[in-house]
Amino acid sequence: MKRLLRDRSALFGLVIIVVLVLCAIFAGVLAPFPQDVTTYHLPRRLLGPNAVNYFGTDRMGADIFSRLLFGARLTILIAVIATSAAVLIGVPIGLVAGYYNNRFSDLLMRVSDVFLAVPQIVLAIAIAQTLGPAIQNVILALSITYWPFWARLVYAETRSVRNEVFIEAAVALGASPLRVMVLHVLPSIASSVIVRTTIGLGGTILVAAALGFLGLGPPPPTPEWGRMVAESREFLPQAWWYAAAPGLAILLVVMGFNLLGDGLRDALDPRLSRGNDGP
Amino acid sequence: MAGFQGAAPLVRVRGETPLLPHPRRAADTDAMRLIAMIARRCLWMPPTLFGLLLIVFAVSHVIPSDPARIMAGENATADQVAAIRHQYGLDQSLPMQFLHYVDDVLHGDMGTSLFTQRPVAEDLIARLPATMELALYAMALAVLAGVPLGVVAALRRNTWFDHVVRLVTVAGLAMAAFWLAILLQLLFSMWLGLTPVQGRIDGWGPDPITGFFTIDAVLRGDWQTLFDAVRHLVLPTLTLALPAIATIVRFTRAGMINVMSSNFVFYQVAMGIPRHRIVWKYLLRAALIGTLTQIGLIFGNLIAGAVVVETVFDWPGLGSFAVNSILHSDYNAVMSFTVFAGVIFILTNLAVDIAQTLLDPRER
Repeated sequence: MKRLLRDRSALFGLVIIVVLVLCAIFAGVLAPFPQDVTTYHLPRRLLGPNAVNYFGTDRMGADIFSRLLFGARLTILIAVIATSAAVLIGVPIGLVAGYYNNRFSDLLMRVSDVFLAVPQIVLAIAIAQTLGPAIQNVILALSITYWPFWARLVYAETRSVRNEVFIEAAVALGASPLRVMVLHVLPSIASSVIVRTTIGLGGTILVAAALGFLGLGPPPPTPEWGRMVAESREFLPQAWWYAAAPGLAILLVVMGFNLLGDGLRDALDPRLSRGNDGP
Repeated sequence: MAGFQGAAPLVRVRGETPLLPHPRRAADTDAMRLIAMIARRCLWMPPTLFGLLLIVFAVSHVIPSDPARIMAGENATADQVAAIRHQYGLDQSLPMQFLHYVDDVLHGDMGTSLFTQRPVAEDLIARLPATMELALYAMALAVLAGVPLGVVAALRRNTWFDHVVRLVTVAGLAMAAFWLAILLQLLFSMWLGLTPVQGRIDGWGPDPITGFFTIDAVLRGDWQTLFDAVRHLVLPTLTLALPAIATIVRFTRAGMINVMSSNFVFYQVAMGIPRHRIVWKYLLRAALIGTLTQIGLIFGNLIAGAVVVETVFDWPGLGSFAVNSILHSDYNAVMSFTVFAGVIFILTNLAVDIAQTLLDPRER
């Protein structure tokens, strides 16, 4: 933890995420116009940034800053639920497939490989399109497309600790496979799962925003950041703030998770190099 | 190997003693192993494709309670839905439907677009060159910019140059592609007026030879068209390339730093080999292996990224086809696009696997 706090960029990431969470929790208090998520004031539409509307107003005359704050709530909700679901599906599958070495574990890995054979956003588009635009469908589409990343990671890590002496010792003492997996294998691979999950949260937010931008996210008037950018397009180049503000929010938040993930990687596991793969 | 004494060696090349391991035979078995390796990778193709079709089938036929309802669109009457259900064989059992589906796809039949009433496979093939042109230029830009930046950042570790590069890569990976596209459009097209806002070309493209406008224009010697095509290409390519550049920089930098401390570099420095030669020849080759493994993934991301980027720039490729199909609830077209993108992705990964087997001796 100390090492993490000394890493300035990781600290910056952490600060962004804390601010995001605070914004999401206190959106109702912080937003100057909390009612602007659903109501509109057409006379005040498309005003530039000013002292009342810090980031200007949108096509309905709603305060963009207030909508962004409520959008933070939605973003966190989607990212956390979808990523947790992907972790909860992927980690057990990776553990079982990595621990045993038989036909079944091969099959599990083959299945996750097939999922990895389709670009994530493409599969997410197909699923979201089938289910229709709604928050829970976006979450479902993201979880279904993301679990193989964790399965692959946990599989590889489990394989590499599988033959360590401490695992052998646990097995020799008569521990059941489940016990070995949960109490011995899992803790020793937890750090890489945590790192991947942190970076994965950022990736999930990006894909969720892209779905929103393409019109597959939650329907209006939900203040979804991707949808807000899409709405702004017909008012360019005049209403530049309308497009700039939500995109900047996405950039900052995703950057926050990526920087924190990098910092965690360096702090928890110096072996791992700073690459970037997966979500 | 050589048989008992007095027997003729199995393979004998004039002027060589059969006592030592035969050089040509060693090369032969090496080549055989390589071919076997490649064959094994190719063997995984059919099951992966089958799995891909199974997933898309599950998404399109099993998840929705009534696929015919979705296919018919929101305003269809009960009769129309029933007609579609019968027409597409949706009244049969699921396994039968799946078999028909696989059979159709294997015969290149991806069904008819409910919106354009044209065969989807034809539409996809017609739009493939536009996406490929974009993706290949983005890939080229990513490699040409990413590798040198990564190398120099590694050499000047923790200097201001390294920090600036790091900032750009972090931002590049965190930026939503659609947002970057809109910002570039706003700045270069709308405010500065340097590039066109949208589209692939003004008017009609050059008569197709390859389907790549830039190459066709060169082949036909039509420089005006070439200039126009390039002007249209700049912004979408840049948008698509930025995350790829960021990934390549990170991997090249990490690979370089990793290799820089290895013994063979100390040895080469001690031998007095010029620094630029060590860096750009020996170090880079070793460092790029890690980057190469990412190329397949990056290319897949480019195809996926094209969905969003093409939409913003109204680029007439696969991505904008997919998004238009979404807007028209053209269900069949969306699913076919998924299969098509998956196939491109699988083929790219296969090619990268094979290239890696050929380049990296440790892989054999």
